[in-house]
Parts: sequence; C-alpha cells; structure tokens
Amino acid sequence: MSYFLTEEQELMRGIAREFAKCEIAPVAKQLDVTGEFPWDWIKKCAELNFLGVSIPEEYGGAGADCLSECVIIEEIAKESGSLALIIDAHTSLGCMPLLFEGTEEQKQKYLVPAAKGEKLMSFGLTEPGAGSDAGGTKTTAVLDGDEWVINGSKCWITNIGAADTYIITAKTDPEKGNRGISAFIIEKGTPGFEVGKFEKKMGLNNSATGELFFRNCRIPKENLIGKLNKGFPLFLKGLDEGRIAISAMAVGMAQGALDRAVAYAKERVQFGRPISQFQAIAFYLAEMAMQIEVARTMLYRVAKMRDEGLPYTKEAAMLKLFSSEMCCWVCDKAVQIHGGNGYSREFDVERFMRDAKLLTIGEGTSEVCKLVISGHVLA
Amino acid sequence: MAFILTEEQKLIQALAREFAEKEVEPIAIKVDLDGIYPDETMKKLAQIDLTAIPYPCEYGGGGADYVSYALVIEEISKVCASTGVVLACHTLAQSPILQFGTPEQKAKFLPMLTSYNMLGGFALTEAGAGTDAGAVATTAVLDGDHYVINGTKSWITNGDRAGIVVLMARTGTGEGTKGISAFIVEKSVSPFTVGKHEDKMGVRGSHTTELIFKNCRVPKENLLGKIGEGFKVAMASLDGGRIGIAAQALGIAQACLDESIRYSKERKQFGRPLASNQAIQWMIADMAKDVMASRMLVYNAASLKDNGMPFSMEAAVAKLFCSETAMKHSIKAIQIHGGYGYVRGSKVERLLRDAKITEIYEGTSEVQRMVISANLLR
Repeated sequence: MSYFLTEEQELMRGIAREFAKCEIAPVAKQLDVTGEFPWDWIKKCAELNFLGVSIPEEYGGAGADCLSECVIIEEIAKESGSLALIIDAHTSLGCMPLLFEGTEEQKQKYLVPAAKGEKLMSFGLTEPGAGSDAGGTKTTAVLDGDEWVINGSKCWITNIGAADTYIITAKTDPEKGNRGISAFIIEKGTPGFEVGKFEKKMGLNNSATGELFFRNCRIPKENLIGKLNKGFPLFLKGLDEGRIAISAMAVGMAQGALDRAVAYAKERVQFGRPISQFQAIAFYLAEMAMQIEVARTMLYRVAKMRDEGLPYTKEAAMLKLFSSEMCCWVCDKAVQIHGGNGYSREFDVERFMRDAKLLTIGEGTSEVCKLVISGHVLA
Repeated sequence: MAFILTEEQKLIQALAREFAEKEVEPIAIKVDLDGIYPDETMKKLAQIDLTAIPYPCEYGGGGADYVSYALVIEEISKVCASTGVVLACHTLAQSPILQFGTPEQKAKFLPMLTSYNMLGGFALTEAGAGTDAGAVATTAVLDGDHYVINGTKSWITNGDRAGIVVLMARTGTGEGTKGISAFIVEKSVSPFTVGKHEDKMGVRGSHTTELIFKNCRVPKENLLGKIGEGFKVAMASLDGGRIGIAAQALGIAQACLDESIRYSKERKQFGRPLASNQAIQWMIADMAKDVMASRMLVYNAASLKDNGMPFSMEAAVAKLFCSETAMKHSIKAIQIHGGYGYVRGSKVERLLRDAKITEIYEGTSEVQRMVISANLLR
C-alpha cells in the first residue's frame, strides 16, 4: 500500500509498528483480563506524539495529516483495539471540535495540553434516550449570569474518568430539536459533574466507558464552543472524523486477526498436514485478505479526501459501514480457523472478535451509516 | 410437510419451558459472569427425569424419544446455553454406553449417570487431535487385568466434575482411526487428574478442562465395544450429539429473535419504536425465517434417529445450519440493541459469545461440510 503513502508516512508507520510490537503486544492479553486503563501505553503515546498526530504544531500536535493518523491507529489496532479507541475518542472526537470552532483562548487552554498528551479528552453526546437519534438530547444548559448551568446525564462515553476535559452537548433551546443543541467544555472536578458507573463490556476492556452526570453543574460562559445552537453540525463534523479513525481501527484489527490466522494455519497440523493446505482454509484466508485490502484502499482514499478539504461525509459513512462489518467478519473467521483454541482467551483472536463487535455500533451504528448514505443517494 | 409434535412431546416441551423460566433463567446471568457450574439445576433436572431423556426407563432414563430430548435442550438453551451444553454433554456421554455397552456395563454405569449421581464426560479431543479425531495419541496398554492409560485429553466439557468418562485411546498399531478403542473410565476406581481450565469466550458456566492420564489403570472389562472399534463408537455418539448441539443453537437463535422483538418494540428513537423501521422489521423477518428452518432441521434429524433411519448427514446439516444461524442472528440481535447489547449482563451479549462455540464444538462447521460433501460425493 506504500503507493498511497509518502516516505514520512511510512516512517511513522514504522515507529507505530515498533511501539505496538514492543510495548503493546507483550501485555495486551493480560490487560484485557484485568480491564485496567492502560496509562503506561498512554504515556508512551504522548512521548511519541501519537495523541495529537493531526493537530497543527502551533497547538502542540505533530502537524501531520489525517492519513498519517490512520496509519498510526491501524498499527496500534493490530495489537490493541482498546488503545486505538482511546486515541480515536481523544483526538477525532475530543480535540477536533476545539480545533474547528474553539477560540484562541480555548485552544491554548485545552487543545494544547491535549495534543501534547498531557491531558486526555472525552466527548459526550450519547444519552440513554439519544443514541442513533442524537437530536433526542435531554441534557440542558441554561445561562445564569456569567455561567452555564448544566443538568442531565450522558452514557456510553469513552475515556470517562481518565479524561481531564470533556466536550459535551446540551440543549440550549429545547423547542428547536437539532437546531437547539450547543457544545461545551467541562473540566474534571467541576462541582456538580460526576462520573457514573463504568460499563462492563463484551470487549475493548481497557477503554473506560460509562456515564456522566450533571447536577446544577456551573461552568464559565466562555466554555461554549463555537456558536450558540450550532452544536449539532459541529459534532456531525467530529463524527465524520471519528468514522475515519474507527475505520482505521477496523482495518488494523482485521489485519491483526488475519496475520494471526495465517500463522496458526501454517503451524496447526491436522490429517498430517498444516491446515493452510486445505483449500477451504486457504480460501477463507484469501477472502479475508481481499476484504481487508478493499477496506484499506477505501480508508486511505477517504483520508486523502479529508486532507484535501473535499466533502467526505457520504464516503466516511460508506467506509465506516464497510470496514466495521468487514472487521467483524474477518475476526469471526480468524476464530473459526483457530477452532477451539480461538474460543479461549489464551489466543488473541478471541479478544479481537469481542473487540470488533463494537465497531458496528460506536460512532454511528451500521444503520445510522445507511441513513447517511441513503440520504445522500436520494438527495 | 408440517412437523407436528405428539401430545407427549408437547408435555415434555411445556415441562422444560416452565423449568427453564422458573429455575434456570433467574440465575443465567450469574452462571455466565461468575462461571458457575449449574449443579443445583442439574440436580433439579434429575428430579424431573430430564438428565437422560432419550434412554430406556430400565436404566433410569426418561424413556422418551430424541425429538423430546431436542425440545428440552432447546428450551434450556433459550435461557442458558451453559446449562444446555452441560446437559447435552452429560446425555452424550451415556449414549455410547447404551449403544455399545455389554449388559453388565449398562446395568452398572447407566443408572449412575441417568440419575445424575455422577456427571458424564466424553473424552475424544486432544491438543493434536481436534477435527482430525483419528490422530488420538493417548495410549491404552493391556497389563494383566487392566488397561494402562497414558495421555492428555483437552477441551473436555464437564471435565473437572465428571465421575464417569467415555475415553478414546490408541490400543493397537492400526493406522489412524483403526487403532482406537473406547473405554469407560470411572474416576473413583481409575483416578486421573484435571489439568488446565479453559478461560472461554462464552458458555462459561460449563467447565472445559484438560484431563491428564498418567498410568491410569482401567479394569479390562471397561473396554467399550470391540477392540479397535473406538472411532466407530465416537462417531456414532457424535452423530447423536450433533442433534443436541443443533438444538442448543436453535434455542440461542430463538432467544435472539425473542429479545430482538421485545427490544425493538420497546426502544424509541426518532420518536417511534425501533420496530417501525423497515430495516429492523426485515432483520426480524430474516431471523424468524432461519429459526423456523433450523427447527425443522433439528426435529427432522431427531425424528429420523427415533425411527431407526440413517441420520448422520441430516444431523450434520442441522448442526451446521443451526449454529451458523445462531451466530449470524446473535450478531444482528446485538446490532438491534445498539450499545445496550454490548454490555456484560445484557442477554444478547451473552447469546453472541455462547453462539460462537456452536460453530466449533461437536465438529466444526468445516467438519460438517466434510461430512455432508462426503455423503454426496462418494
């Protein structure tokens, strides 16, 4: 695939691969069992500037493009989907709204430490009654003098607890549906803001997911991001970014599963020969490789569209839909090729299969992606 | 052709359903999350004669047919697939004793198992002998009045608790499948040790372990079937076993459908129930279609067996179709539940993890395709 990549991007891939192999791979299995937040990995990522790859250098980032970010996430996801998700939530969802619409003061105060990896970001949109239907947001923000008073709750929020800065959405004009939503910055430790229970999930055990509660939580007036009541288009733009990152995760995880399935198929002997010599198994591997190649090509193309400033909402939805479904299928087949061993936590593919399922749900379910695509097709 | 259940089959189905809802469902989450072997449930199943359903009453069995057995596994698996496989494996272990045992062996061992005084296990798989079951490396050497068993079995369901294990070991120099014989190993008489416990993705209430045999002395009279006939014993048992696992997968798939219907009517997004979206309606239609086809395949294979007709290929088709249906639709069921389907403790999350094993054990999907194509291409 180096056809798509510059020398610099290939170099970044090399660094990410080295990091993934040396730092993530040796402990990923153990950390999946304990489910702890991977602070050691995060610190290393900060040192390598992986927490602000596509943030401009003037704001503490690496100043690289979206494609570079994809390549790094892909390499990390080959070893740990959890870490890839943490980075995605931090960068694409957390940092991007600040970069897009933040004031200079907001950027200096919140974006710079985030891009440097000193502080983690989290993005809170989903609520119990507002999943795919993001317009169903119930959390409210009411201006009271120089402060916004936030009330409500969020759920399914990635990086909770670990994050220092939270970008959340709230209704500022309850009459207006999607056009009455605004985005705000809330710091950890603000009175009235609490982190609720952590979800115990099927997979991605090292990414902290859960609830946020706001009870008369007062934040300065200047913590509004962008224009009042314009939060909806802002987070849709962030979600487009996120869909590229999730797809990079899907391609990386699928490649990781394929690599393991290939190694296992060559090694595992049944009926006196390696199972890779059975046509059915070889053809599984062929199809897995083909599906991954299609998704990766699409990924790099959409990342380039984004880097060149072209509209890419429809393409991002197509990419996310295809690559997440592809990843689930590939990981399932990788388990199947491993047979009973693949069902045991001792083998990585078991974790990959559990991790993969989130991809068709998070950042817009497959169904939401189809809504976006059909909306464009029928426009 | 409609498959009509007899009055007796309907009674057993109702009994199993009531038992599943009252006794199994309330603890199913805990059984999974904490990996608890459902011993109390098995004891209660024994009290209502469901631990040896398709076996003759003279040995303490339920005296019912295989269709009834499939109905019970289906109902139990609908609420707890872990309990489903514990029961299916316990039942499977009895089958070779009934089919190939001498009158003495049947009289001695079957009552212990049918009554659940002892849990049964079936020990064929080894680290190097999975799909290629003929590659069994465990040996049994005759020494006076005993066979001396050496080797390690892996992936044995009920392994840590089984009191009686039907074991396949190599007795002769015969190549591959021809040199294997079957034995009844009673743990109290012929001690063996339990090795590694598998930390599995799903069916976590069923304990899967290694069994280690080191100079384990089994009385000569515990040879099951003829010498060198072990592969035949194993395969005959697995044919029936596949109906059990197909029924388990059917139960899982039915539960996916039930949960999807319930949730999609309840959950509102964009101001209306999920079920009002055509995309969701069609997912549910496809689920129902595959569940109905699965059910017919299971009952058909069981009915052929009950009527003494060949059913090996039909059992393979049923096992393949039902397990792939369970897997496909458990994924869809989670998809319908969105984030709520991805948390531990949600039923559909468990159903997906449980569904995956049905494509692997009792012959992987690849083995079923080998069996089916071999039947057609010979």
